[in-house]
Amino acid sequence: MIKSRSKDAIWRALRPVIAASVGLLVGVAFTAMAGEQPWNVLRVILKGAFGSTYDLGLTLFYTTPIILTGLAVALPIKAGLFNIGAEGQLNMGALAVAAVGILCPQVPQPWNILLAGTAGFAAGAFWGSIPGWLKAYRGSHEVITTIMLNFIAAGLTGWAVLALLPSLDSQNPESARIAPSYLLQHFSWFGDAPVTWALPMAVAAAIVVWVLFRFTIPGFKLTATGLSPEAAQVSGISVRFQQWLALTLGGGLAGLVGVAEVMGNSGRFRIGFSPDYGFIGIPVALLARAHPLGLVFSALLFGALQKGTAELDLETTYVTRDLAAMIQAMVVLAVSAEGGLTLWRRHRLAAKSMQPTRVKD
Amino acid sequence: MGEHLLDLAAATLRLATPLLLAAMGGLLSERSGIINLALEGKMLVGAFAAAVVTLATGSPWLGLAGGSLAGILLAALYGVAVLPLKANQIVAATGINMLAAGIPPFVAKILYDVTGSTPSIELAHRFVVFPMGLALVAPVALWWVLGKTRAGLRLNFAGEHPEALAAAGVSVARVRWTALLAAGALAGSGGASLSIFLSSAYSRNMSSGRGFMALAALILGKWRPLPTLFACLFFAVADAVQIRLQGLEIAGLGKVPVQFIQILPYVLTIIVLAGFVGKSRAPKALGEPL
Repeated sequence: MIKSRSKDAIWRALRPVIAASVGLLVGVAFTAMAGEQPWNVLRVILKGAFGSTYDLGLTLFYTTPIILTGLAVALPIKAGLFNIGAEGQLNMGALAVAAVGILCPQVPQPWNILLAGTAGFAAGAFWGSIPGWLKAYRGSHEVITTIMLNFIAAGLTGWAVLALLPSLDSQNPESARIAPSYLLQHFSWFGDAPVTWALPMAVAAAIVVWVLFRFTIPGFKLTATGLSPEAAQVSGISVRFQQWLALTLGGGLAGLVGVAEVMGNSGRFRIGFSPDYGFIGIPVALLARAHPLGLVFSALLFGALQKGTAELDLETTYVTRDLAAMIQAMVVLAVSAEGGLTLWRRHRLAAKSMQPTRVKD
Repeated sequence: MGEHLLDLAAATLRLATPLLLAAMGGLLSERSGIINLALEGKMLVGAFAAAVVTLATGSPWLGLAGGSLAGILLAALYGVAVLPLKANQIVAATGINMLAAGIPPFVAKILYDVTGSTPSIELAHRFVVFPMGLALVAPVALWWVLGKTRAGLRLNFAGEHPEALAAAGVSVARVRWTALLAAGALAGSGGASLSIFLSSAYSRNMSSGRGFMALAALILGKWRPLPTLFACLFFAVADAVQIRLQGLEIAGLGKVPVQFIQILPYVLTIIVLAGFVGKSRAPKALGEPL
């Protein structure tokens, strides 16, 4: 019994590594079909992601929003909900950050940064609270409502940026510039790469979420809701409120992406700025089994993938940055099938163990 | 005025074609108990494969077959993940959609040394009306199959009371596999209608959310073929109006921005899902592995 449990622990620790490796290897193996040397492709990706301090800086720049969207997916998972709406929530957050930066140029530092950050969080949280409320009080499936709200957010932010905050100095689909006092200083260690305080903020957010679940009663209530809504309800926890809260907080975390993008990088809202950060958050959270600290590392993996594959356009003949999508897909499929594999293994061992927190659908 | 209306009606039917085919695929799969968030990916791959095959052979018929086949292959991959491996259906579908986003640029780079659009397809090699007819026949055919045939009965039981079906000695897995692969073929041909019927080439991310819009239509149509048909037509009207007018003039309100018309289908879906206007109920065993 004890032996099988320790085996189980090893298996649990190895699973994400196996899933990530399988995904990466299968994805890279595809390139053989295109007539490339897979090892060369892997080398290009690694060099592109970590080859110089500038490359590393860009990897960290991509990692920052992915940590936040990973958290935006992971936190609701703990409460038994699946948030596919991070993409919409981060758009709303970025819009709020840009709006504050454009409309309130007079606010002194550091209050302006705080104000804009709070606005980003609040806007994302508001957008997350809609599916949260619909799930808790109207029984609407959060997966469908969050997907629909992604499209609605894309439409609304597009309209707001062009109609209410139009750019005066360019013809591109983007907002006006935010006031210079809102721009975050780039760290000097990474060349010109836009690594700012947004990165420590994202890591701090992960630590806060970890502490919330590890040590606090509100975190326990969310976990209890996820493990067994019926049991939670019987013990006096308002399951509806917890469900609403989980999606609201998740949305707020995604909304903070606006800080990294608008204040840390472009200084404005560029329509379509996100290369699907919200969706990349899904494999990031799943790979880490929704562990807030673990997902910082899976976010780094996906950030490196985002940056490393960008080099493929120049360094190889037949493979482009689109390989990233295929590798991500392979990781997601490996992670999702791994659930079934675990089930099979458990049957085989016939060992009873605690149910891991699983995404409920 | 009459001419305008006729014009609008024609545009509506054309724009409804990919939506209808995909929505009917989604309907088959969801009525059998399998959530289908992967319609988007199947459409995209279908659009690409159809363009490639049509370019290579000069025949839209083979192109359509290629598009359906691509949809079936992707559906098979999804099926392996969710049926024998019992993967979470939402997670697996997310993976399928990501994979589908990566395949066209990957293959296009090898075939044509571009990652965006395929070369354009000659007018003579494209469809003029056929996919539209197919899309209009599909809901009626499905209505008949689901309502009047033994196969339809089994499909319904697979989605509502799989245990009862199994108890009657019918393999639930087999019913679900059939529905899933047929859904892949329909969504794939919906995608094909984008590249070899509505436009003249495959272009990057050309499904642009239509798979999800089909899902919205399916929910608005309460998982029933004929109401889903009307939901698709309604979305297509909105689309056609928006393309024509670039904004809609409403008395007293002024010009309604294009984006507001674009988000209308999604807003409506949420309102219906929230149960404000007639509750939409999903098949009982939807998403539950057996």
